[in-house]
Amino acid sequence: MLLGYIAKRALKLIPLLLAISVVIFIIIQLPPGDYITNYIIQQQNSGLEVNQSSIISMTKRYGLDQPVYLQYFYWIKNIVTRGDFGQSMQWTQPVSQLLSERLPATILIALLTLCVTWGVSIPIGIYSATHQYSVGDYFIIFIGFIGLAVPGFLLAMCAVYFIFTHTGQSLTGLFSSAYVNAPWSVAKVVDMLPRLGLVVFIVGLSQTAGLVRQMRAMLLDELQKQYVITARAKGLEERRLLWKYPIRMAINPMISTIGWILPGLISGEMVVSIILSMPTMGPVVRRALIAQDMYLAGSFLLIVSVLTVVGTLLSDILLAVVDPRIRFGGVTE
Amino acid sequence: MTADATLGGKSTRGPLLGGGRRKARSSYEVASQWRLMWWKFRKHRMAMAALPIICIMYLLTMCCEFFAPTLPLTRFKSHKDCPPTAIHLFREGEFIGPYILRKDSGMDPVTYRRVFVDTDEVVKMGFFVHGEPYKMWNLIPTDIHFFGPVESGGEFFLMGTDSLGRDVFTRALYGGRVSLSFAVVSIFFTFVIGLTLGGLSGYMGGFVDGIVQRAIDVIMSIPGIPLWMALAAALPKDMSSYTRYLFMCVIMSLVGWTGLGRVVRGKILSVREEEFVTAARLSGATHGRVIFKHMIPMFMSYIIVSITGSIPATILGETSLSFLGLGLQAPTISWGTLLQDCQTIEAIAQQPWKMFPALFIVVTVLMFNFAGDGLRDAADPYK
Repeated sequence: MLLGYIAKRALKLIPLLLAISVVIFIIIQLPPGDYITNYIIQQQNSGLEVNQSSIISMTKRYGLDQPVYLQYFYWIKNIVTRGDFGQSMQWTQPVSQLLSERLPATILIALLTLCVTWGVSIPIGIYSATHQYSVGDYFIIFIGFIGLAVPGFLLAMCAVYFIFTHTGQSLTGLFSSAYVNAPWSVAKVVDMLPRLGLVVFIVGLSQTAGLVRQMRAMLLDELQKQYVITARAKGLEERRLLWKYPIRMAINPMISTIGWILPGLISGEMVVSIILSMPTMGPVVRRALIAQDMYLAGSFLLIVSVLTVVGTLLSDILLAVVDPRIRFGGVTE
Repeated sequence: MTADATLGGKSTRGPLLGGGRRKARSSYEVASQWRLMWWKFRKHRMAMAALPIICIMYLLTMCCEFFAPTLPLTRFKSHKDCPPTAIHLFREGEFIGPYILRKDSGMDPVTYRRVFVDTDEVVKMGFFVHGEPYKMWNLIPTDIHFFGPVESGGEFFLMGTDSLGRDVFTRALYGGRVSLSFAVVSIFFTFVIGLTLGGLSGYMGGFVDGIVQRAIDVIMSIPGIPLWMALAAALPKDMSSYTRYLFMCVIMSLVGWTGLGRVVRGKILSVREEEFVTAARLSGATHGRVIFKHMIPMFMSYIIVSITGSIPATILGETSLSFLGLGLQAPTISWGTLLQDCQTIEAIAQQPWKMFPALFIVVTVLMFNFAGDGLRDAADPYK
């Protein structure tokens, strides 16, 4: 039952992935001028000898002398079969190499933030809904509004400022200067933790605020339903009453949003990383875009979008596991 | 015209109080949907507090030439990085009206940094003072400023100056004009795209619906800020600032219409099978007429809620992008480009007043969120 459901969902994703890749290929092609000309200019500007044979081999490899639709085909073929995302103009090295250096940190931060956001916002949402209109509830609503209104880059700037003025430490980068090139050790991890925590906190704040609002609203809706009143009238213990159904019901719509939170988290992570100069994709992609180094930026977009799609698939599966009504096809959407 | 006059005459002749009371009792049953919505909106205290602040924000920024004490490009060369000027009312325990103390620059003997100290020289402040000449909305030449030093040339910086000696408050107002109008213009494009595509998708169904739905899925799968950045990066570098502004609006709406599109599609699907729609179609109304005349007024309130909800996101998106150097570019003043001045930790630590434009962003977004909440509650007044 479940396997069939998963297979059906996964099959539906293939046309979506294709469409995404087409959109990103169009974005890569958007800036004026063709790649080879720009590459030669870039090389000459940085004072490097333009190697004629490498240009010929690149043209052949990426099908750059072919019509656009064939170029797309070559591009996808290289990515799927060889993991070759093209050449970064700025860094004059393969995009895949840059991605493998930087992307894991981006994904790690995004996933970590996702976990923290969830872990924090569900209990807070439950508290807020069960203590509606209490002081605590108003406080949470207030913080939530602030969290939604302060842009991530601003929060990051303020955090850096306050930490700098109060402790004299500059918490930019993922490691302090003593550990950047050191091999992995317990001390390095300990050194990294507060920095990682800061990023997760800043990126997660606005998402947490949104999720708390959602959880609160859902649970309040659920608590007004008649089965809750009946259960209470029959003398069910309050905690049991809460956990047995209303919370499970309220969490379901949140599970289905995991896939949509991920792009938001990655967007946020990017902006915050640029301010905090984290060794993630954010600063690299920004520089790549300013220099119109489109293969690099486009590859990042592609990978992140594919991850989002996989995320939605996972959230669908999770939802089917948690909610038997979906598993057995009782609820269509 | 005559009917109006006689009606008006009657009501003033009749007992005013009794008529009013009767009106209040029966008004609830006959009130229009919009009136009911307004009554419900009025109960939302936060939203009611937010509304005037939003209006003030728009008034201040739309008439920024008048409200700004100086011009955004005027440089006070002797007052670079000058902290905010304090406005005083009392001098030696006596009320003499608003005044400021002229600042003198000097050198800190320890850090060798330029510091500003208040002198004893009183500069009187006043309303509707003559200052630097400008053209209101590029049309009416005048030199009247809302608030400033009575004698022109006084150095008054409500929020300090930047590193080139330009008044931050003035620039924040001019930047607000760009940032706030940006939100409105891009919401307009969003509205057009979302309504058209969402409407088509819901009304036509079948193949068209499938295409539009997949398009929405694709756009929503790509993270917003990198996508905006990539599209903005593709704009030619030599674009004039005005064209760039318009193109950025279009980019924002190309990415941002999906939410509205979904709302419109869902609502159209729910009213498509209603009898009045069938009746309209049977009596020969065109598709356009059925959609715009009969269906959209049914859920106009939801559209407004969705649009108000996306204004804060647009403002945050534009400021973030401009801040990162990929949105609106330097000669254009927006809240995002203004904040580029505090990208370094030294700037924030030594001249924290350069962060003031951020305050404008936060307040605006906060108020739009409040108003959006109120609207969401009011959208369905029959509930």
